[in-house]
Amino acid sequence: MLHYALKRLVSLAISLLVASLVIFVVVEVAPGDPASFMLGINAQPDTVAALRTELGLDQSKFDRYRSWVGGMLTGDFGTSYTYRTPVSQMIADRLWVSLPLALYALTLSTLIAFPAGIFAAARRGGIGDLGVTGATQLGVAIPNFWFAMMLVLIFAINLRWFSAGGFPGWDRGVWTGMKALTLPAIALALPQAAILTRVMRSSLLDILGEDFIRTARAKGLSSRQALWRHGLRNALIPVLTIIGLQFAFLLAGAIIIEQVFFLPGLGRLIFQAITQRDLIVVESVVMLLVFAVIVVNFVVDLAYAAVDPRLRART
Amino acid sequence: MNRNLIIGGALTALFVCAALVSFLWTPDSVETMNIANRLKPPSADNLLGTDHFGRDILSMLMVGARTSIAVALVAVGIGMGLGVPLGLAAAARSGGMLDEVIMRMNDLIFAFPSLVIAILITAVFGPSATNAIIAIGIFNIPVFARITRGAALSLWKREFIMAAQVAGKTRTRISAEHILPNVANLLIVQGTIQFSLGILAEAGLSYVGLGAQPPIPSWGRMLADAQTMVSLAPHVALIPGLTIIAMVLGLNLLGDGLRDALDPRLKVVRA
Repeated sequence: MLHYALKRLVSLAISLLVASLVIFVVVEVAPGDPASFMLGINAQPDTVAALRTELGLDQSKFDRYRSWVGGMLTGDFGTSYTYRTPVSQMIADRLWVSLPLALYALTLSTLIAFPAGIFAAARRGGIGDLGVTGATQLGVAIPNFWFAMMLVLIFAINLRWFSAGGFPGWDRGVWTGMKALTLPAIALALPQAAILTRVMRSSLLDILGEDFIRTARAKGLSSRQALWRHGLRNALIPVLTIIGLQFAFLLAGAIIIEQVFFLPGLGRLIFQAITQRDLIVVESVVMLLVFAVIVVNFVVDLAYAAVDPRLRART
Repeated sequence: MNRNLIIGGALTALFVCAALVSFLWTPDSVETMNIANRLKPPSADNLLGTDHFGRDILSMLMVGARTSIAVALVAVGIGMGLGVPLGLAAAARSGGMLDEVIMRMNDLIFAFPSLVIAILITAVFGPSATNAIIAIGIFNIPVFARITRGAALSLWKREFIMAAQVAGKTRTRISAEHILPNVANLLIVQGTIQFSLGILAEAGLSYVGLGAQPPIPSWGRMLADAQTMVSLAPHVALIPGLTIIAMVLGLNLLGDGLRDALDPRLKVVRA
């Protein structure tokens, strides 16, 4: 197990290194000099040059890459070109919106998907199964930003239950904050729930064909009892993988939904930073998101290996 | 009879036909504005109503279908064109250096939040349909590489491949002549799924202003324009949205139908 964990750790480090290189290169080829962008088209060349020195843009690419990565390792993400505030502070502020939103959406999608998937699998081929499968087909086909617009139209504009966008901040109370995140979370959760329901259903159906389920049935359990006592637990493995991946996706994937609802989250931060040529913010936020995905995968892999020794031998 | 195949095929054919017909004819011009006639609900003159510039929505949707289909189709082409050879190569030398490098690179691409990178690419190189294609296409590469490799690996253990090896064929030739035809069905099915995901991705990018640029109509931008009008005229948001859903649903059903028709044992990865 230790050998396996070390091996995965090395590949984790390599992945992060390569990812940081890719991000740096992609962002650095971006046309437009941040300094001249910030000062506008009428700026004097020497003012631009002075600002370039201040921002460290006159250093060689290699030096800048090294100081960027070196800084991140010590928790220093640099200073935003546009706002002159530490990037780590900006990220922390935005995480207070993005993280609860992702968790909220994930909770909703799990709460929908588990019962729906179990319901469908227990009634394989029946009308209930057809209904759930049909609903998931529709769920994956709906663009979530359009669904978000419809939610706003119905619940914010017509019924006036929720506000159409914006985020009042957590200091106005947890309830107020949660309320502002409810429509975005539903919009995000719908397609995720559809995917998760499918995984839950097919995973359960796979398990229900196994020998030990037949044994449980032969022992005298009804098919429902066999499903609940033996099937469910074993069917959860692929489901948990998808949940892990969805969490990482939701953290970053909210970018368009944040646009719809004018939420000050990570997605909007990155979007604004790109348009303002605030390269250091772009690099750091993308790196953070990639880091989250890679680490979630790493943890999932390790958890599997701990549970299932066969997986350790396979690599 | 395969119901998915028929419904999905019909829906897909409908949109492809609409896109093709739009090259020759549309009910109305998509470029001339008619402000006096703006935000009109569906009527005999404008079957699906008009938008905030008084343009005919049906005509806009028909021309927009061209953009969506072209972007998604080329993006699938990029994914297949690069992903399939990579997957075949990785399987042919399974366990070797090449396999390891290809698969690790795949993992790496999967680690990038696709939407963020798509936005980054379109922002760096400028928003355009071409850059949207590249951004979406890049994420199709690992999907096809992985699925090709997985299917090819199990084929390499089969007797007819061993026979070909004994006959002295090179691994490259075996991959091209024996492996590829046997994974083709799987690739067609996955291609349909990626096509539908491409339509959704294009709509999302256009919605935030990073896809096809005006005056080229696109479904995503129609929705972006509709956002502020939605309370005045819900149809301007409702109709393009339902169009996207119908197209994506059609492709997904087509994919499921093809899978059942070509080989019921196939399993499709939904990335």
